[in-house]
Amino acid sequence: MAQPAGLLYSKEHEWVKMDGDVATVGITEYAQNSLGDIVYVELPRIGAELQQFGNIGVIESVKAVSDIYTPVGGEVVEVNAELEADPALVNREPFGTGWLFKVKLADVTQNQNLLSPEKYDELVASA
Amino acid sequence: MVSEPILRRTALFDAHRALGAKIVPFGGFEMPVQYAGILAEHDAVRNRAGLFDLSHMAQFELRGENVAAWADSLTVNNVATMKPLQARYNIFPNEHGGAHDDVIFYRLPDRWLLVVNAGNADKMWAHINAHRSGDVKLTNFHGVRALIAIQGPRSVEILQEFVDIELAPMKYYTCAEATIGGVRGVIARTGYTGEDGFELFVEGDAATALWDAILAAGRAHGLEPAGLGARDVLRLEAGMPLYGHEMTEEIGPIQAGLGWAVKLTKPAFRGKAALEAQSADATLPKIVGIVLDGKIPARAGYRVVHDGIDVGEIRSGSLGPSVGKNIATGLLAPGAATIGSKVSVEIRGTPHDATVVELPFYKRPKV
Repeated sequence: MAQPAGLLYSKEHEWVKMDGDVATVGITEYAQNSLGDIVYVELPRIGAELQQFGNIGVIESVKAVSDIYTPVGGEVVEVNAELEADPALVNREPFGTGWLFKVKLADVTQNQNLLSPEKYDELVASA
Repeated sequence: MVSEPILRRTALFDAHRALGAKIVPFGGFEMPVQYAGILAEHDAVRNRAGLFDLSHMAQFELRGENVAAWADSLTVNNVATMKPLQARYNIFPNEHGGAHDDVIFYRLPDRWLLVVNAGNADKMWAHINAHRSGDVKLTNFHGVRALIAIQGPRSVEILQEFVDIELAPMKYYTCAEATIGGVRGVIARTGYTGEDGFELFVEGDAATALWDAILAAGRAHGLEPAGLGARDVLRLEAGMPLYGHEMTEEIGPIQAGLGWAVKLTKPAFRGKAALEAQSADATLPKIVGIVLDGKIPARAGYRVVHDGIDVGEIRSGSLGPSVGKNIATGLLAPGAATIGSKVSVEIRGTPHDATVVELPFYKRPKV
């Protein structure tokens, strides 16, 4: 499966969209498909300081609890409030309306630690 | 390097893969946990019908004049009072009043069928062989005979064309020998979902043709393949225990709320003294139903607090789609285990309000 271009990816199956020094974070199609029906998303608070690759919340499917690891560090500036009422947005549009949160990057060179769409494709193909 | 156990496959493994199932290890087998998704499959079973592969469960055949008396000595419920073509839920207790397994006995005209949980299959086969007596002959068909379940309100209309007996008059918890999709097998009106439905016992080499045919004919009635994920949610809503959660070697039938199945009037049976003592002991923790107020599901192992005191733990938890809330079972101290009792569930360090309720969470509408 081809991954959307213009995004960067983590080994923990999150995606990042860089826009200047603000990054939008979500989980990938592969991740939502592995999780199954999502019933609850626990996001960091606005203003929270996140460490790159830190465990910052959970996604709960019908059967299981899974940790969310943020692919970038910095200050949380926005969370997707729609997920409170409709967590299944993450299943339906993981790369779109199902985004999780936005971070003001502590360090814009963090993208060097992330995977290109092609590298993430290889990771998923070998999973 | 840690060696991983070799997983077995049921006769239907290729059929599951062709349907795009997500496969997980369960009870020593590679089993479909879901196809389209747990919620969609749950909805199919509650409102139309779902088709399950349960061939990972072990089927033992019991023959001989002494089967009933022998089985009565090893189980809590009555076996000898079963009439031919009856099915009955039962539990094999240990000496301490815990449970080796919960099972169903099916009495056929010339033999008995005993179905045990996949994860307990080896333990149970060893147990019944170690205690074998009289003329009892035991045969293990685990992994050889298939078990297919069709569950949901449209089960009769979908299945009828495949069998040579009238399904509508069959009573719940009865069984019959029948020709099923052209092969001889056993059909029982039993299940683990809280819905009407049937379980079909056929030879493994006949399973794929039967599965494909029922699924093809049933699609027009809304039949969907359903995995073990949906099955677990369905059984939890229906208040049915799952071995390893509501019942274990430590948590027996009295604590699990299955006292109705423990016939203390029966003559001596394994574990009877311990079960008698437990049934008279008002201090024992009990399995109860719990409904959470909030949107975060409770999970097995979470602690439960009542009046500021830790009173026990969650044993199973999930969203209950038919309830519209997060539901759970908990093993709670008697002071907290009363209907209507307000408790809180500790989820990642934060208490969440919940209420103790009567089981089951869901009862199917009477037709």
